[in-house]
Amino acid sequence: MLVSPVTEAPAPGAERAAVLALEGIAKSFPGVKALDGVRLSLHPGEVTALVGENGAGKSTIVKILTGIHQPDEGAILLDGQPVRFATPHAAADAGVTAIHQETVLFDDLSVAENIYLGHAPRTRLGLIDWRRLYAQAREMLARVGAEIDPTARLRDLGIANKHLVAVARALSIDARVVIMDEPTAALSHKEITELYALVERLKAEGKAILFISHKFDEIFRIADRYTVFRDGRFIGEGAIADVSEAELVRMMVGRSIDAIFPARAHETGDEILRVEGYSHPTEFDSISFSLRRGEILGFYGLVGAGRSELMQALFGVTRPSAGSVTIDGAPVSIRSPADAIARGIVYVPEDRGAQGAIRALPIFQNVTLPSLNRTSRHGFLRLAEEFRLARDYTRRLDLRAASLDQELAQLSGGNQQKVVIAKWLATRPRVIVLDEPTKGIDIGSKAAVHEFMAELAAEGLAVIMVSSEIPEILGMSDRVIVMREGRMVAEFPRDGLDPERLVRAAAGIGTKP
Amino acid sequence: MKSRELLLAVIIVALVGLIATRFPAFARPANLANVLNDTSILIMLALGQMAVILTKCIDLSVAANLALNGMVVAMLNATFPGLPIPLLMLVALCLGAALGAVNGLMVWKLDIPPIVATLGTLTIYRGAIFVLSGGAWVNAHEMSPAFKALPRASLAGLPVLTWIAIVAILAVWVLLTRTPLGRAFYAAGGNPHAAIYTGIDVGRTRCAAYILSGALAGICGYLWVSRYAVAYVDVAGGFELDVIAACVIGGVSIAGGIGSVGGAILGALFLGVIKNALPVIDISPFWQLAISGTAIIAAVAFNARAERTKGRVILKSAETA
Repeated sequence: MLVSPVTEAPAPGAERAAVLALEGIAKSFPGVKALDGVRLSLHPGEVTALVGENGAGKSTIVKILTGIHQPDEGAILLDGQPVRFATPHAAADAGVTAIHQETVLFDDLSVAENIYLGHAPRTRLGLIDWRRLYAQAREMLARVGAEIDPTARLRDLGIANKHLVAVARALSIDARVVIMDEPTAALSHKEITELYALVERLKAEGKAILFISHKFDEIFRIADRYTVFRDGRFIGEGAIADVSEAELVRMMVGRSIDAIFPARAHETGDEILRVEGYSHPTEFDSISFSLRRGEILGFYGLVGAGRSELMQALFGVTRPSAGSVTIDGAPVSIRSPADAIARGIVYVPEDRGAQGAIRALPIFQNVTLPSLNRTSRHGFLRLAEEFRLARDYTRRLDLRAASLDQELAQLSGGNQQKVVIAKWLATRPRVIVLDEPTKGIDIGSKAAVHEFMAELAAEGLAVIMVSSEIPEILGMSDRVIVMREGRMVAEFPRDGLDPERLVRAAAGIGTKP
Repeated sequence: MKSRELLLAVIIVALVGLIATRFPAFARPANLANVLNDTSILIMLALGQMAVILTKCIDLSVAANLALNGMVVAMLNATFPGLPIPLLMLVALCLGAALGAVNGLMVWKLDIPPIVATLGTLTIYRGAIFVLSGGAWVNAHEMSPAFKALPRASLAGLPVLTWIAIVAILAVWVLLTRTPLGRAFYAAGGNPHAAIYTGIDVGRTRCAAYILSGALAGICGYLWVSRYAVAYVDVAGGFELDVIAACVIGGVSIAGGIGSVGGAILGALFLGVIKNALPVIDISPFWQLAISGTAIIAAVAFNARAERTKGRVILKSAETA
């Protein structure tokens, strides 16, 4: 068994024996050690936050806990007894259940079926006992405090309610260990509050909870203990009460981050883009704003406020029903993304994996895809030109890759994102729309993205930043527009920014739309 | 991707070597040239099919398209023996492209799932041959000598049929690797969402792939009918499955976005070698079907494995980056 590289003092409050403990876990994938002698212990009635940057080994440990991967070395102890989770089923039988970022449920089945899939109550004939199924499901939902009709289609529920269904499912299989992998990533403020209440309830029921999150405020709010991994190694653990945010960050990144947001001059140039009365039959209504060179315009709102939909229309993916766009004072009509790109508007979608990366294509071809009219001549591609363009922009983003000829799929998630961003910069845009630019990435990478945004603005690019994170909105924007339910409800200049007013405007508290 | 093609090439060479140990004549250059010639049509159709599959679609109507064009040019030749052959080939090319465009437009403008759209046109095109010919055959004696002679004519040691395939290979290779449209094929199939956001019109790209597949099927219609000197309703019946098999064996991912000209050619050659070798070593043609089937499953299983390891690689680097 390997010895952890850094050992802290024995964890305080460890009087309650761990339900599940991992010791000296090592896991290698071809050529690389993903985990090297890590440990982790989960205690009944306590929330343990697993903290680490992207690539620290958090997802690997979750996969080991849920039986998807087998450790190469080390032991898994359930109630002090060594066990082996050979399959996901074995892990579930042992009472370990995971609620994923994108909760894995079945949209077209009913809520009750989702809760009891695989272990539904049966009649004597071995058929599903529907009456008991619904009755038990109702009971489970009541236990998690959800007011959901068990016969409803899952599809018709909001994300928060889907989470509740997932939790009810976890309770129904009598889970002892609940793993929550970034459960709040897609939730609005209100939904997050509800989730916290739920976590409290799970704690009260004596469940051991592993909570994985990038958001420090929520870690400090709901976790009892923390464990930090860095680069696949165990760094430290302890009680949340004994640690400060700064210490945790230092453990996580191996350095302290002082200035989280880059300093900016906030000097803006001429107006470049003006949008008037932009409307869509179902998604947004009468949106008007202008944007200047060198400006970062923040769009704040809750998830589902219509911000992404507005940006997609602006980019030509969907058509608005009314409204006009002018660029440099000249009216333009944008009918397709190709039109938008030709006018110098680019949109970096929120889901950069699904909507940005073409994983089977080599890196350089991903970068040059929207710029082929520039790199080709007489209708033929010029690979040397493409390489040059790709090299220029990937170097600027500090991309780490063996060769630009590599398939994108071979890069890590973070590097894939860099390629996607390089792709857009290579079009030499004048307006760049970044949709949730730092969603789901760790603090170190976030700072790099922010720095980069500041650089772009300093070069005279106009940036629209759609973000649901208040610190990011406050730290980066020159001006903020708040949207709620498809409408603009407020606009704040930089010096009028105040988190409370932003939240009130977005949630519709005390303001008239 | 390259190693996958290399492996297939090694398997083909090994196969030829194995047969040559008992029947040395099989590995003689003249016979190999013959196998290549015999596989030319399959290669050309596989290239078109690959373009379609790259965009995450499928063209089940290629063989019917081929047969309809074969019948049209055979009847034209029988009725107007004076028409120059290049003109007939041009007619086949354009008509084939038009029939391909019908598929493409259905997929693009009407959003009909590709498998359904081309299953429909498969039946319609076959039916059209019957309507056109009244079910009658166009036999060798009704075709002009020039019509039948072209594919067999020898040019610098190889039959014209082989030369046409070589030209098609080069043209498709240039299209796929050196033009924005070719790049768009890969992008549209590799990740349609991402392709839309980069300004690629995915529907139009798919339509273009269908037109390419149709145009190649059209040319092959003439080549097939003149080579075998007969045209009838069921020409190349079921051949679309051989074409798709060639692509799959050649490593073209049915999920779109992955595939190469070299792979498609090797896939077709693999089937061609088996088809030509089995009669030589006196094995029933039913074995041919079994072997092709096994090869398809083996290829898909192998590719699926390759994809899976790729997944692990991402994870690995994600853990370290």
